[in-house]
Amino acid sequence: MTDQNNPSNLQPDDPDTTGHTWDGIQEFNNPLPRWWLWCFYLTIIWGVAYTVLYPAWPGISGATAGILGYSTRAEVSEEIERFDALNADLRTQLTEVELASVNREDSPELYNFALQAGSATFANWCSQCHGAGAAGVQAAGYPNLLDDDWLWGGTLEEIQATIAHGIRNEEDPDTRWSEMTAFEGILSDEEISHVVNHVLSISGQEADATLASAGDGVFLDNCAACHGDAGMGDRFLGAPNLTDAIWLYGGSAEAIEETVRHSRFGVMPGWSGRLSEAEVNATALYVHSLGGGE
Amino acid sequence: MGVLDQHKKIETNATLLLALSFVVVTVGGIVEIAPLFYLENTIEDVEGMRPYSPLELAGREIYVREGCYVCHSQMIRPMRDEVERYGHYSLAAESQYDHPFQWGSKRTGPDLARVGGRYSDEWHYDHLLDPQAVVPESIMPSYAFLADRELTGERIGDLMGTHAFVGVPYTEEMLEMASADFIEQATDFGDPGVVDRYPGAQQRDFDGNPAVTEMDALIAYLQMLGTLVDFSTFTPDESR
Repeated sequence: MTDQNNPSNLQPDDPDTTGHTWDGIQEFNNPLPRWWLWCFYLTIIWGVAYTVLYPAWPGISGATAGILGYSTRAEVSEEIERFDALNADLRTQLTEVELASVNREDSPELYNFALQAGSATFANWCSQCHGAGAAGVQAAGYPNLLDDDWLWGGTLEEIQATIAHGIRNEEDPDTRWSEMTAFEGILSDEEISHVVNHVLSISGQEADATLASAGDGVFLDNCAACHGDAGMGDRFLGAPNLTDAIWLYGGSAEAIEETVRHSRFGVMPGWSGRLSEAEVNATALYVHSLGGGE
Repeated sequence: MGVLDQHKKIETNATLLLALSFVVVTVGGIVEIAPLFYLENTIEDVEGMRPYSPLELAGREIYVREGCYVCHSQMIRPMRDEVERYGHYSLAAESQYDHPFQWGSKRTGPDLARVGGRYSDEWHYDHLLDPQAVVPESIMPSYAFLADRELTGERIGDLMGTHAFVGVPYTEEMLEMASADFIEQATDFGDPGVVDRYPGAQQRDFDGNPAVTEMDALIAYLQMLGTLVDFSTFTPDESR
């Protein structure tokens, strides 16, 4: 048996023991440190005060509101109002100003605000289809917004109208609308192969010259009404230019044939309902600034 | 020995300790949990909320089965940044027919509480087939197999019955018409019954394939999310 198990081994200045003995082992009755104890009491006081100040105790039909009147809903609406108020002036300007007159030299503050707001709106609402960098998804029908090839026009007003009303958006009578005909059944397989070669040749790709020239007439009769005699497209109708190397659904013979047979076009929602006029205008300025704006 | 020194009795009596611990937990439970079941303002009455249509419910089952909730939350918190990005903060009423709820706790992808109507069906189809085709920086896996798995809607009525059992107000008529509504919503032969029974239900071929597939169901569910409550007529009670 060691010394410490012996009650008589206590030193004169040792604290009292708890009086328990387990297998001859005794326990000093040391008080909790004062600072710890006071912190403990403080947390109790804090807890009670908190339930008085903030919503807490449930009653019969509702909970106590707390004397500070705190509410997450009120807080978030106040915060939104505060930020809206900060930007209210610039937003009003954005809805009233002629968009083309907003530029870095004459109205740097408004221009900067519009680009930042437009970029945030674009990232949130547009990037899923047009890509985070606005390069679209070529061959899947999501247009690239960085180049100067526009289906419906690349001026600020035209971009603004497209964003506001969408494309083939059934909910808005002002939407941009056109649908290419699916020519399967209208044209014979032979005529389709002719016109595909015609399109290949006007877009500067390798084509069978005989078939292509046989396609001239087919193109003039069936396609030129929208795409133009030379296939340069028509922005009023949203008809793409077929003579360049930019293709929305692919420019290979197979892809063109698929488009001629079954027709392809995408949809874009109109944003005037979801976004404010200022946001639409800011997004138009942003898209216009990406490189292809006219 | 003062009253405060009596804890020795509890500490040396395991049964008493257990019984008193239970009392403490019960009191805590009653105060924190019980009011949620009777307080009128736990779930406010919101116009527009309705039980999910059979096709949406099937889509929701697929959503749960594929673990979408692991990366996508359905809970827009009342904070400015979330409201600006996703729209009006979520209301308790909007998940009142969810068993279990899909609030989630992790956003690897964006919140989906208001994804309905945000993208076209074609976009959803392209995106589920190959997410990187439309969002190159995405790390979402492909769910292309959904497009090949046909659904008959044969047992959807049973599932709705189970939901009715736990409190979702499906009517007799809804349960009876379940399979028919299931097919009709995804094919749209022009029967107005689906929209009558489920106001605001979107009725069309969602995946561009005449057969009813899991892709139809999932897209129908996604296109419905967050669209049932009209927030232009909703005034939030700020005392919540």
